[in-house]
Amino acid sequence: MNRILVKKELAPKIKLIEFENRDIASKAKPGQFVVIQMGEKGERFPLTISGIDPGKGMVRVIFNEVGKSSKRLGALAEGEEIGNVAGPLGNPAEIEKFGTVLCFGGGVMTGPMAYEAAAFKKAGNRVITVIGARNKELLILKDEMNALSDKLYVSTDDGSEGYKGLDFLRDILEGEKVDRVIGMSVATATLRTLCELTRPYGVKTIVSLTPIMLDGTGMCGVCRVVVGGQTKFACVDGPEFDGHLVDWDLLESRKRVYSHEERVSTLLDEQVGKDCASRFQQTRK
Amino acid sequence: MCIPLPANKKVAMPEKLKLNSIPMNKQPPEVRRRNPYEVAQGYTYEQAVEEAKRCIQCKKPACIQGCPVDIDIPSFVKALAEGDLPQAAKIIYGTNTLPAICGRVCPQETQCQENCTLGKKGDPVFIGRLERFVADWARENPEESGIFKIALPKPTGKKVAIIGSGPAGLTCASDLAKAGHKVVIYEALHLAGGVAVYGIPEFRLPKKIVQAEIDYLVNVLGVELKRNQVVGRSATLDELLADGYHSIFLGIGAGAPMFLNIPGENSNMVYSANEFLVRLNLMKAYLFPAYDTPVKVGKRVAVVGAGNVAMDAARWAVRMGADEVYIVYRRTEAEMPARIEEVENAREEGVIFKVLTLPVRVIPSAHGSVEAIECVQMELGEPDESGRRRPIVKPGSEFCMEIDTLIPALGTQPNPLVPRQTPDLKTTSRGTVVADEKGKTTKEKVWAGGDIVTGAATVISAMGAGRRAATDIDARLKNHS
Ligand SMILES: Cc1cc2nc3c(=O)[nH]c(=O)nc-3n(C[C@H](O)[C@H](O)[C@H](O)COP(=O)(O)OP(=O)(O)OC[C@H]3O[C@@H](n4cnc5c(N)ncnc54)[C@H](O)[C@@H]3O)c2cc1C
Ligand SMILES: Cc1cc2nc3c(=O)[nH]c(=O)nc-3n(C[C@H](O)[C@H](O)[C@H](O)COP(=O)(O)OP(=O)(O)OC[C@H]3O[C@@H](n4cnc5c(N)ncnc54)[C@H](O)[C@@H]3O)c2cc1C
Ligand code: FES
Repeated sequence: MNRILVKKELAPKIKLIEFENRDIASKAKPGQFVVIQMGEKGERFPLTISGIDPGKGMVRVIFNEVGKSSKRLGALAEGEEIGNVAGPLGNPAEIEKFGTVLCFGGGVMTGPMAYEAAAFKKAGNRVITVIGARNKELLILKDEMNALSDKLYVSTDDGSEGYKGLDFLRDILEGEKVDRVIGMSVATATLRTLCELTRPYGVKTIVSLTPIMLDGTGMCGVCRVVVGGQTKFACVDGPEFDGHLVDWDLLESRKRVYSHEERVSTLLDEQVGKDCASRFQQTRK
Repeated sequence: MCIPLPANKKVAMPEKLKLNSIPMNKQPPEVRRRNPYEVAQGYTYEQAVEEAKRCIQCKKPACIQGCPVDIDIPSFVKALAEGDLPQAAKIIYGTNTLPAICGRVCPQETQCQENCTLGKKGDPVFIGRLERFVADWARENPEESGIFKIALPKPTGKKVAIIGSGPAGLTCASDLAKAGHKVVIYEALHLAGGVAVYGIPEFRLPKKIVQAEIDYLVNVLGVELKRNQVVGRSATLDELLADGYHSIFLGIGAGAPMFLNIPGENSNMVYSANEFLVRLNLMKAYLFPAYDTPVKVGKRVAVVGAGNVAMDAARWAVRMGADEVYIVYRRTEAEMPARIEEVENAREEGVIFKVLTLPVRVIPSAHGSVEAIECVQMELGEPDESGRRRPIVKPGSEFCMEIDTLIPALGTQPNPLVPRQTPDLKTTSRGTVVADEKGKTTKEKVWAGGDIVTGAATVISAMGAGRRAATDIDARLKNHS
């Protein structure tokens, strides 16, 4: 189970993995996620589902190699197995015919956004997609997105390709009637900017939130977010919420709790990796 | 090690009642405060036999009535007193599939031991310690004890799905497998065992004991265990039934945490007890960074509540190096729901009890971590529906406690995931699943038992429910063949 069928590098430190898990592939819907654990000592970490093929029993994830767990996942080769994968978790996205839907996929989350945007298209919506990244090198899935959308815009933080930043969205929102905006990004600040941009136009803006998670099944409460003044568990009540109601300061602060420990973990892992590699080389000499 | 006596030889009644029990070895508080190992170290063979010999073999044993699964206590104690360990093990395992767990965590002081005749004059027979001794011996000496040798009946061809692998699910699975049915357990987490693995700490219940019970189920009884299966999200109950299962048992526990619902509670360093315990027990954060999951524990920790969950969280905080750990409770010690033994253990380890105190507000620092809690003092008024005196706020008694970690441990409630996906499964306003005394729910072919039916309760009551449901499921499956 969970054998890797395909592995690709889409951009520096951004990997795509397709693995075999018939249970998840037969059930997953856009907007849902899986929780992965690499080995019995590993932490449980969530990745949004970027696509499935029920016939082949295939599940696709696209992820940034940021720290210990994601780097270890990225180091697996085709044919190897991912330890534990639970899913699909979270509520499926609300896919309906709304009219015109603007789908924003930031960075690595362009992956799951492509999956969700395709579902909006299939439901009969006019789909405008916006893909964003820090710079040109980190843009992913441009062709796929182009093929499934009625219109595609590209944005980078540094302006190396397409529009610089997200301010141009105002022109789109002023130029035509958009019925719904969907935003996905692991960078909370980017989603927040998106919501502030759409707020004056009164367009319902749904965002997929990525607080720290542990079990992903509703039993610990570490993923709590405040939406419209109410505490919600993102893993069971979300992960998609109305972005105009999210308490962003709280989310940003809660995401930072373990940054020190994460760094320790990653540095140690790299150091141990190096030590092992050098010892290995020495024994080979 | 054991020399069975001839069957007809009676143990002589002790001439004089032995009113004092044999003490059990424990790690001293100053040592155990800094390690995760088991606190209570159990009896030696000699100690166990000595303690067993205190039993006066009452004609009408009241202890059995106190046991939710009716273990034949006097008989196993007698066998132990005679040194016949295989016989003692056989008697216990005949009614209790998880004795090594029960011997450690059951509230014997309010069950079997409360009824012990000796207890009226002196110490009761410490039945729990004896159960633990026999179970540990049986596990460590599988050849001699023979309890793991079992001839399974011919397969019946019937398939049962068990959802959740806590004590309720494990017991139901074991009984049904022994009756010859094909049993498949679906567990949401990556490890089986329920609260016994993710909630109850290593220092009270070593995880290798729980693992041994699960290995027995899988390797000897042939139960199939599917982990990482969040039923309701993955398959629904209807899909499982359509997939060929003849019955389903729901033992999904009451795993969703409750918070105080006070301002500031979402600040950083406010953990639900569940989060804190899952990090430490399931993910082994006490071994970070050898294990990947971290846990942050400050210097001044307040745990709110006084049940077993609160004691476990407080005692972990001590072990993780906190300088001061408080139990903050709105009633007094007399009303604390935790086992007395665990309250005593916590106190010995330096946990400070702040009773008649209720937090009303969390005060966060500039960067969003808890810095203090505002509390009010309480006093006890008239008894409420639970019979305990109701705590009421003393006006003008506000005060602040400076702390850097807050752990609300107010109990848990059922996770609504499965009920939400199963409209024809009747639930109560508290979210528990409605079931009759045999565990049958309102949904055809579906039984339920344990915390999901009763709300947070005990390991032994969950086991009892799993067993009653298994009996009923087995009877129905046999009738419909
Ligand atoms: C619902 C959800 C869906 C996600 N989907 C994707 C995705 O499709 N692709 C992708 O690349 N990333 C996704 N993430 C983020 C991903 O989970 C983290 O990048 C990953 O856990 C990093 O682990 P690490 O050990 O490699 O890095 P670390 O060094 O441990 O952490 C790097 C950063 O990742 C975040 N993070 C760390 N641990 C967790 C955790 N247990 N839960 C959530 N976030 C954590 C923190 O913000 C942290 O600063 C998602 C997060 C959530 C909550
Ligand atoms: C910290 C703590 C300390 C305790 N101490 C004691 C003690 O000392 N003595 C005592 O007698 N009792 C104690 N208890 C209570 C006791 O542990 C519980 O009453 C008992 O475990 C309930 O058993 P259960 O089988 O009903 O559920 P649980 O043990 O909760 O098991 C339920 C299982 O179902 C799984 N599950 C949930 N939802 C799904 C789903 N949708 N799909 C698949 N699987 C699912 C869960 O992951 C879990 O593994 C304690 C509880 C806690 C939390
Ligand atoms: S991750 Fe534990 S409740 Fe959501």
